[in-house]
Amino acid sequence: MNSEYFVKLLLILISAAFVNNVILSQFLGICSFVGISNKIKTATGMGFAVIFVITVASAIASLIYKAILYPLELDYLKTIVFIMVIACLVQFVEMVIKKFSPSLYNALGVYLPLITTNCAVLGVALINVDKEFDLLTSIINGFGTAIGFTIAIVLMAGIRERLEYNDITKSFKGSPIVLITATLMAMAFYGFAGLV
Amino acid sequence: MNKYMERLYNGVVKENPIFIMMLGMCPTLAVTTSALNGAGMGLSTTAVLVAANVLISALRKFIPDKVRMPSYIVVVASLVTIVQLLLQAYIPSVNEALGIYIPLIVVNCIIFGRVEAYAAKNTVGLAMFDGIGMGLGFTVALILIGAFRELLGAGTLFGYGIMPEAFEPITIFVQAPGAFLVLALLTALQNKLQLPSATNGSRKKSDLACGGNCANCSSETYAAFHNDLDKAKEIAATVEKNAKKAKKED
Repeated sequence: MNSEYFVKLLLILISAAFVNNVILSQFLGICSFVGISNKIKTATGMGFAVIFVITVASAIASLIYKAILYPLELDYLKTIVFIMVIACLVQFVEMVIKKFSPSLYNALGVYLPLITTNCAVLGVALINVDKEFDLLTSIINGFGTAIGFTIAIVLMAGIRERLEYNDITKSFKGSPIVLITATLMAMAFYGFAGLV
Repeated sequence: MNKYMERLYNGVVKENPIFIMMLGMCPTLAVTTSALNGAGMGLSTTAVLVAANVLISALRKFIPDKVRMPSYIVVVASLVTIVQLLLQAYIPSVNEALGIYIPLIVVNCIIFGRVEAYAAKNTVGLAMFDGIGMGLGFTVALILIGAFRELLGAGTLFGYGIMPEAFEPITIFVQAPGAFLVLALLTALQNKLQLPSATNGSRKKSDLACGGNCANCSSETYAAFHNDLDKAKEIAATVEKNAKKAKKED
């Protein structure tokens, strides 16, 4: 592995995590971002589960595309295949963890079923194929994207825990103030644009 | 009003998927940078929704209950692929502009919500009109939000410059933060005027998936799983206690 390739991987990791943040600039996974960001503890749990699933899913999806779909000229089936693979994968991961590591299951298990419907997982798999990433680059891109998701959701949870003690105008209570917070976070993340 | 017209009214006004149900927020935020993009996304989703509703409704007696979700996924994913290929062939500019969000129609809550809550229980004709109504409601809402953002952020409407020369475009409205801002203002306005909306709880829970609120869905599932987990722990604790008791008595 030469150094040029390594630098390219590092750039992809940073750009996936910060510059093209999956929530704040690509709007994937908004549901879980708004739904589970009330407490730092649950947000962290969700974040780690997403890191785990997206990294594994991008590896498997990329492998399937490279080894089966592309050689057989079935690449137009990628959406169908990927969504089925992701749904099965999440179930499978849940069963494996439950069997072999109950403590890990207690920490991550509750979040796993939520991830099937998280559009970020399918989104990353499709982006990897669209940009013609190789296997290692796909895994790095998936990992970076998930890191970005975790950073955004944990930051949001931290802000929301403090927001609870604030006196917010009646109309802005609930989802409006969360979305305003997301606006400001998205502006802050805009500052990363010149990074890569 | 007959029951077919009622479906259209229901989809566009009474249960508008964006303004009232707050479903499908990811594409709503992502593609409404211009009115035209909103229209393209809305119509693509409408096509998928109508076809999915008709197919699932026609197959509702053949699909076993146990495997209904995977079957729906396959049907919807196939339809999305068809729409994507058609767009690539005939309107490549729209396909280019919407990019990844076209295949992501597969995971749009509106589609699964309608298929599960309506098409799987009703006749083909009604399901078709339900799909048309919901799709049109989605399209209208996307065009409105897109027009608002385009007008403020670029000073144009459907690509035509209609604002006066002196108007300085507020670029942030067509960028990522603007999407969150517009939605925040919309939900705040609904709270202020006490309009029916899933986000302020003033609309009673529907039989739609997740009670019709996309954002609440994950937290509700999360809470349910935590309850299950707590129960399991409790049972394990009592079993252990009983075992210890039995040992002592021995």
